[in-house]
Amino acid sequence: MTLLKNGVPSQEQVRQKFPSEAVLARPKAILECYEEIPCNPCSTSCPFKAITIGEDINSIPQIDHDKCTGCGICISSCPGLAIIVAQTDSDKAIFKIPYEFIPVPVPGEKWIGLDRSGNPICEALIVKADTKKTNDRTVVVTVETERRFLYDFITIRCPYE
Amino acid sequence: MTEKELMIIGAGPAGLSAAKVALEAGCGVTIVDRNKYPGGQLAKQTHKFFGSEKQYAKTRGFDIAGILKSNLGKYHDKLDILTDTTAVGLYKDHVLTTLSNEEYRKYHAQAYIMATGASEKFLAFENNDLPGIFGAGAVQTLMNLYGVLPGKEVVMVGSGNIGLIVTYQLMQAGVTVKAILEAAPTIGGYKVHAAKIARLGVPIYVSTTIKKAIGDKELEKVVTVSLDESWKEIPGTEKEIYCDTLTIAVGLSPLHQLMSMAGVKMKYVKELGGLVPLLDKRLETSMDNVFACGDVSGIEEASSAMAEGALAGLFAAENLGYRHPDFDKLVADFEKQLQDLRQGPSGTKIRRGLERLGERS
Repeated sequence: MTLLKNGVPSQEQVRQKFPSEAVLARPKAILECYEEIPCNPCSTSCPFKAITIGEDINSIPQIDHDKCTGCGICISSCPGLAIIVAQTDSDKAIFKIPYEFIPVPVPGEKWIGLDRSGNPICEALIVKADTKKTNDRTVVVTVETERRFLYDFITIRCPYE
Repeated sequence: MTEKELMIIGAGPAGLSAAKVALEAGCGVTIVDRNKYPGGQLAKQTHKFFGSEKQYAKTRGFDIAGILKSNLGKYHDKLDILTDTTAVGLYKDHVLTTLSNEEYRKYHAQAYIMATGASEKFLAFENNDLPGIFGAGAVQTLMNLYGVLPGKEVVMVGSGNIGLIVTYQLMQAGVTVKAILEAAPTIGGYKVHAAKIARLGVPIYVSTTIKKAIGDKELEKVVTVSLDESWKEIPGTEKEIYCDTLTIAVGLSPLHQLMSMAGVKMKYVKELGGLVPLLDKRLETSMDNVFACGDVSGIEEASSAMAEGALAGLFAAENLGYRHPDFDKLVADFEKQLQDLRQGPSGTKIRRGLERLGERS
């Protein structure tokens, strides 16, 4: 199965969007945009000019991970919810992800980590849930998982439903 | 009969954008819309929009409706918005009739902009009239305008952007979406929309369609069937899915009826969604001073409808002697926006449709 048939990108597609793990010692945005569509808010919202789309707004965004500070402003700017920020810290992977469901996670809670097919794969410790107004009701959630889920974790599910 | 300068039929993204520039140019504008609020389909779109800043990208649809409406605020002396008013007839002598509160009225405007939008296509299958079977737009209206859940367990037919977006909104509202069926061999909508549903665990079945609905007084389950490369049902691949709601999102057709009634020259263009008016480069139909824009002239995204609406507003106002002070600049800008929005792979269908229509760039 492929992205075109079931909406799930392949491991290879996902890996191509990640910088090397050495670079991920600092937080970096991962742009999971695989298709040319007319859209450019990630690029125009980046305060560090790290994301380039160029003249044709249909182009796939390119990110310069040297310029990216992992600030995460692009996360809530992406209408496709296709951007996360990833970082590694010894045996942990730390993510900032967009989340648009209720209830809003609370720091300290342990939620269910899901992969790109929606399978539960790991425990996800909620570190922060940023509801600031400029996110426009997309909550940016900081989550910690075991490092081995770096390339598989994508979102969270509430364990209390 | 009431005399008007410019009447705009439809207060969606195209109509409201047309009104803004026409008002800026000094033209008197009357907008007619059958809904209670201006905004058209934008009013129930809770997701952030694609496009560029010029089309309010990354702003949620209902907020865009608010912006387009508030853009008109300062022109209240030149603007009349008739909501709850259905345009029911357009005649060769430029007479428009409306129905509101069981009152029938006649207008005569110097120019018209037809921004009537589109209606949902439906599917023929056994028992498709069972309660619990909805168009995706109806589901959005129930949920996002009236706060009513359509059901508890949904099967969605169609993986275009509407099917994918409404699936996501259903899940946000706490509804379980058991599957998305797509007759084509690949997902129709933006892959980012598909990915954000896939990661929630909703299966998307391509080359699969609905065969029949089953239920006594209301929908209880559906039977799906796989399709081969020539879209023929493959016997023996039938599967049952229990659900109380089936949502159909298989595309839109332009609401051409008023123009057809007035004798505007139309053409059936499959890629544009159905019967659309022939337009010149100024978006004018075969009938003098009758313009068309937005989905009624070819099914596209709201971002394109806004740009096209603005162009129609500029041209219509100019025809009536109100040339916008920034006319040339704005025309060039909106034409460039349309070109940008249509030039990628996702614009292939609309480009082919416009080529077939022949009379537009």
